[in-house]
Amino acid sequence: MRRSKILYVPFWATYVFLYLPIVVLVVMSFNSGKSAYTYEGFSLKWYGELAADERVQTGVVNTLIVAAGSTAIATVLGTLLAVGLVRHTRSKALDALALMPAVLPDLVLAIGLLLFYGLIQMTLGLYSVMLSHALFSMAFVAAVVRTRLVGADSSLEEASRDLGAGPVSTFVRITLPQLTPGIVAGALLAFTLSLDEFVIAFFTIGNAEPTLPIVIYSMIRFGVTPKINALAAILLLVSFTAVIAGQRLTKIGESRAQD
Amino acid sequence: MLKIDGVTRRFGNVTALDDVSLQIEQGEFFALLGPSGCGKTTLLRIVAGFETPDSGRVTLDGEDLLSKAPNRRPISLMFQSYALFPHMTVAKNVAYGLERERLPRQEIKQRVGEVLETVGLSQHASRKPAQLSGGQRQRVALARSIVKRPRLLLLDEPLSALDKKVRADMQLELKRLQHEVGITFVVVTHDQEEAMSLADRIAVFDSGRVCQVDEPVALYERPRSPFVADFVGANNLFHGVASGLEALRSEKFGMLPGTPLTELEADSAALLAVRPENVELADENAARGLAGSVLDVSFYGGVSHISVDVPDHPKPVLAAVQGAASVQAGAKVKVRWNAKDAVIMAVDR
Ligand SMILES: Nc1ncnc2c1ncn2[C@@H]1O[C@H](COP(=O)(O)OP(=O)(O)OP(=O)(O)O)[C@@H](O)[C@H]1O
Ligand SMILES: [Mg+2]
Repeated sequence: MRRSKILYVPFWATYVFLYLPIVVLVVMSFNSGKSAYTYEGFSLKWYGELAADERVQTGVVNTLIVAAGSTAIATVLGTLLAVGLVRHTRSKALDALALMPAVLPDLVLAIGLLLFYGLIQMTLGLYSVMLSHALFSMAFVAAVVRTRLVGADSSLEEASRDLGAGPVSTFVRITLPQLTPGIVAGALLAFTLSLDEFVIAFFTIGNAEPTLPIVIYSMIRFGVTPKINALAAILLLVSFTAVIAGQRLTKIGESRAQD
Repeated sequence: MLKIDGVTRRFGNVTALDDVSLQIEQGEFFALLGPSGCGKTTLLRIVAGFETPDSGRVTLDGEDLLSKAPNRRPISLMFQSYALFPHMTVAKNVAYGLERERLPRQEIKQRVGEVLETVGLSQHASRKPAQLSGGQRQRVALARSIVKRPRLLLLDEPLSALDKKVRADMQLELKRLQHEVGITFVVVTHDQEEAMSLADRIAVFDSGRVCQVDEPVALYERPRSPFVADFVGANNLFHGVASGLEALRSEKFGMLPGTPLTELEADSAALLAVRPENVELADENAARGLAGSVLDVSFYGGVSHISVDVPDHPKPVLAAVQGAASVQAGAKVKVRWNAKDAVIMAVDR
């Protein structure tokens, strides 16, 4: 069958719409001029300025701290949550409730968390952001791990018990290795989600030094400069790497599990 | 040794086990036989600890089993689905149970080596389960269960995926384990010949109930219910009523000779069963017997099976004779048997 050329138009248009802004952003980040809109020639000077900007530096460090911490918490709790949901309860309601933070509007979560921290009189700071990010990331990790666990063969765990292993040993030696690809994918997802999260961080950071997205937001109030473009390009690179690494790792893990 | 007492297990409205009671002795080779879905796996899972009965008791040497966690029972179950650990090599799979017992490394290595030798998989020790054939996987699962030398070994169709030669080797190995190591076996099998040749006793199941528990010969020669008569081995069955004598009164064929297994009330519904090897082919002018014509003769090497179409009987009557048969398809014959070679049993209404 000959495919109609006409159908290609919206297809490619979608791609252009999706990627043109990103391409423009990356190109403009190498602009030697001061304007964010007119390209004047190649230069790395904005990357240099970026490296010299202390606010950006602390922003990057804070973001990495928050992302790493929240990923660690979310991965452990999310995995346990998934195991509990799949192996130890049949309640559909609990299932839905556990995955809720993933679909709840950020704003609702942010306001709720702010209220809650106020209620228990916790001093706001990086830690509260970390906890907040862990909260919604956990739901994502749980969702990813859960899918894998549902597909996993529960008779393996029974065989392990039958051969004399206790429940903990069975979990560590049999269940976890089956879940590794899912856990890695969930962790990377949690990490990338935390990296550029703005709303919740903005609400729950208090007076502490801000995370990178908040830094960018405050910079942007004085207009988009090529410096911000450079920063965005770096963020793009990091996210891309994380996603691709995640896909690779899950693939390797899967073929390992099947070998 | 193992005592199963009134065990019932329901899944929704399916009754997988219905008031099952069995007693299995130390060192016995006990086989469970029954059609698909009759609850054999469910019973093994209850004994191993992965299923809890709705009612009933299970004891091992008088000690309650049901309250113990699966890993605390001196029992090993070989899963029907094998349940090999996909992320471990064959050797690691087999060593898993021994490592949990914290045996010295040297001993583990030695025992794993030995058992892999026995099941003929020494060359495949470092492969992953996904790289094995179905029959090889089954042998790994078998090796993993027997290497622990538990008191009681539960095997769920342990040899179903093996070819005849390997299967015979494995059967011998199981018998050796039973005699030398003194392991008690409970084995589920679909293969009746296997059950007959291996088992000391066989329990026949039908939709969650135990129909008969007997030694192979008794089970074969004296089935106690129509289900067992039909399920175990080939059998020629005739419906009728008990006559009070050594015969079954059949509406269409008159009196058929046979021995009642129990006292049967005259005129109660009954079934006569006669094995093909006890059916004799006679000339069509013979004084007694059921007249019919030979439908088909098949030679099985050693024995021949002759099926005879008897008018008014729903299925052809099967006769087995030694060596090659002297009759040909189409021949007019009579089939007959002696009263002592046929059994008559009551039919539950
Ligand atoms: N977990 C379960 N949930 C619902 N029904 C079940 C479950 N396990 C078994 N059953 C049902 O219980 C009955 C007995 O199952 P079981 O697996 O014990 O049969 P089986 O005798 O081992 O059959 P096969 O020879 O095919 O392996 C079947 O009707 C099956 O559908
Ligand atoms: Mg079964």
